[in-house]
Amino acid sequence: MAEITVNGRTHQVDVDPDTPLLWVLRDTIGLTGTKYSCGIAQCGACTVHVDGVAMRSCSVPLSAVAGRQITTIEGLAQNGVLHKVQQAWLDHDVPQCGYCQCGMIMAVAALLKDKPKPTDADIDTNITNICRCGTYQQVRAAIHAAAASA
Amino acid sequence: MNYIPKIDRRSFVVSAAAMGGGLALGLDIPFGGPQVIRAQNGSPEINAWVVIRPDDTVVVRIARSEMGQGSLTGLAQLVAEELECDWSKVTTEYPTPGQNVARKRIWGDYTSTGSRSIRESHEYVRKGGAAAREMLIQAAANAWSVPAAECSASNSVITHKPSGRTTTYGKVAEAAAKLEPPADVKLKDPKDWKIAGKPLKRLDTQDKLTGKQLYAIDVKLPGMLYAAIKACPVHGGKVKSFDAAKITGNKGVKKVVQVDNSAVAVVGDTWWQAKTALDALPIAWDEGESAKVTTASIAEVLKAGLDAQDAFVGNQKGDAKAAIAGAAKKVEATYSYPYQAHACMEPLNATVLYTPDKCEVWTSSQNAEAALAAASEASGLPIAKCDVYKLLLGGGFGRRGRTDYVTQAVLIAKQMPGTPVKLLWSREEDMTQDTYHPTTQCRLTGAFDANGNLTGLHMRISGQSILATLAPSRLQNGRDTATFQGLNPGGTEGVFGYDIPHLLIDHAMRNPHVTPGFWRGVNNNQNAIYLECFMDELAHAAGQDPLEFRRKLMAKYPKHLAVLNAVAEKIGWGQPAPQGVYRGLAQQMGYGSYVAAAVEISVTGGNKIKIHRIVGATDCGYAVNPAQIERQVAGSFVYGLSALFTGECTVKDGRIEQQNFDSYDVMRIAQMPKVETILMPSGGFWGGVGEPTIFVAAPAVLNAYFAATGKRIRSIPLKTHNISFA
Repeated sequence: MAEITVNGRTHQVDVDPDTPLLWVLRDTIGLTGTKYSCGIAQCGACTVHVDGVAMRSCSVPLSAVAGRQITTIEGLAQNGVLHKVQQAWLDHDVPQCGYCQCGMIMAVAALLKDKPKPTDADIDTNITNICRCGTYQQVRAAIHAAAASA
Repeated sequence: MNYIPKIDRRSFVVSAAAMGGGLALGLDIPFGGPQVIRAQNGSPEINAWVVIRPDDTVVVRIARSEMGQGSLTGLAQLVAEELECDWSKVTTEYPTPGQNVARKRIWGDYTSTGSRSIRESHEYVRKGGAAAREMLIQAAANAWSVPAAECSASNSVITHKPSGRTTTYGKVAEAAAKLEPPADVKLKDPKDWKIAGKPLKRLDTQDKLTGKQLYAIDVKLPGMLYAAIKACPVHGGKVKSFDAAKITGNKGVKKVVQVDNSAVAVVGDTWWQAKTALDALPIAWDEGESAKVTTASIAEVLKAGLDAQDAFVGNQKGDAKAAIAGAAKKVEATYSYPYQAHACMEPLNATVLYTPDKCEVWTSSQNAEAALAAASEASGLPIAKCDVYKLLLGGGFGRRGRTDYVTQAVLIAKQMPGTPVKLLWSREEDMTQDTYHPTTQCRLTGAFDANGNLTGLHMRISGQSILATLAPSRLQNGRDTATFQGLNPGGTEGVFGYDIPHLLIDHAMRNPHVTPGFWRGVNNNQNAIYLECFMDELAHAAGQDPLEFRRKLMAKYPKHLAVLNAVAEKIGWGQPAPQGVYRGLAQQMGYGSYVAAAVEISVTGGNKIKIHRIVGATDCGYAVNPAQIERQVAGSFVYGLSALFTGECTVKDGRIEQQNFDSYDVMRIAQMPKVETILMPSGGFWGGVGEPTIFVAAPAVLNAYFAATGKRIRSIPLKTHNISFA
């Protein structure tokens, strides 16, 4: 039995310690906003924050996150108020199918913490999430809008 | 989307019947009828397309599938436009395909493939909205004992003009649902649209930002188990044997099952347990003769087809072979197009609850009625005892028009009656068992007379037919007409846009064992590269400007020409480009729409391409939501440029080598060019949007690359030429 803290709530989970965090979140705890797509940390659909740092949860074993603060997309909005990245996404009508967007939003939220006013080059370097619908043009506009909003 | 796939709320057929709401199976009245049919919360159905709740909420039924393309919002706009309802009160729901069958297909076609969701249903969904509006007005008029002609509706409010009395849709919905539908309704002229035609935001965004949005992969049913699967990596191969004993003791493993004759699945308490056990399971395959096939051996077969006598003619005029034989100058080139994977972000999956009396499927599908048929066939239960609950698709791009994953999930669940099972393909399985963009080659030969006029063109396509494998019944005397997408002599789908005195376009069908499939843009993708790059070659050979050369051949095709002119003007064709910047363009017609693209690129070191701008134009007839169309144009360019730069699935030992995004790379935001969209709907026809612009991105870039370097690239992806994004 392991203990993990997700969105401020502590969970006891009975899974092998080498189980990727992604599957603990999705299938054990039931937080399905974190998505599976590649399983090898290529696409970023599974991005969560571990102690405030963006990580691809498909490639982080449960044993590595014991005692650390995990935030998933479900925990990004505070007190029912959308995070500024989510709000910018809403304002710019960013998602198409939407499947990659939770991971994209988590990656961007972490970027803005490090670089509150990212340049296009910062975005190119740091946001490597895959979107097959091709929302990148709206994503870039929304990142700049979120950066400008705070 | 308010449909929540919980077992206690599984379909409104069940709940409506249980409530005695009068759901008459087999009822066949197109726009409702005197028997009130109720949605699951008891709200009356005005007709098949419109449910109105007492609080004035308007529920628009959407038969087609939403996978990001935005047609859920567009179709709702069309219904709302005619309904004259308050757009802020509109929500949507999917009727199930089982309900559609039970009600004699009242919702028509469920497929969302071929960019058809709006263009093939706009008329009947608008009529549904208009009929509902008439019934609501009539109900109000009846209540007031006034003629309906004295009443009008706007923004969900009905007004009796002479007296100034008003009421709302929610208040008269119950009475309206009991009325006979009008025999006929008149639709608005699109120029009077107030909701349709406007760049409205999507209806389905909010939940996609918070993790609340459920995709099929997120379905959870009480007592559900998870399945991981591996099918023979050589398509057509079979399971020879597997050693279940090796993993049956593994933690969480519940069952190891063979699925059909081609696959093995492990069912476990969690998907990770099932997948880990499956990876450790020894499976021996009977791979058959196809195990010897390689990309090179396929290319040899296709190459032979370029000279074969047995070819189907797709477009013919005059005598192209004679024109070529007698030409003053002849130009010839051979192009090729590889296999490519769809790589939808959400890997394929389906959840099934099978009992001897019922088979229920929760999945995302571009063809839910085919999924229903697959569930019936695999379960052995009649259609009436099966149903499919649709969820939003995490990408489709054509792959989810197939139902192989639904069949597998049912076959697994059938071995565990009463236990819901979620089958999820790993990314590796998704890429190994895709239905790939078909591979073809094309030899093009152009003939010029002594005055430099193009007198003849022969396009010989050799290669794979999608229909021959996936839908042989749709072949016409063995001929796959879809091979000629964009090259047809006439029709409304994809007309060849050049007037050449002698023309021959034919296809030597060569079908390798690798399963082909419909892939966003389908055969237009290679056909646009073949034709539009070769037109550039011909222009160059004739010493003419590529735009002027095309224009002379396009006088009879004004709509093709109009989009080409539009992108040329916007990119600044004919004006000097910035230092080191080169331009290319392309046009094509597909799925009823006319599209063109023009690009500006620069090339560093001969092999690093920076796309500075890409201008896309589309004439789709009517534009139901310009903002969403712009997004489809940009998105289609991302899909098409990924294909151009890195999209290739290679075959070795009969199997696809690429397994995941590390070996099958796709565009990221860093490579995203600036996309400028010209939306120029000319009216009078309805063209598709989700696909068409994808065709023209790649040839425009290839033509610009030639302009920059003097080198023709005739096979893709560019990575095989050591060319990449800058």
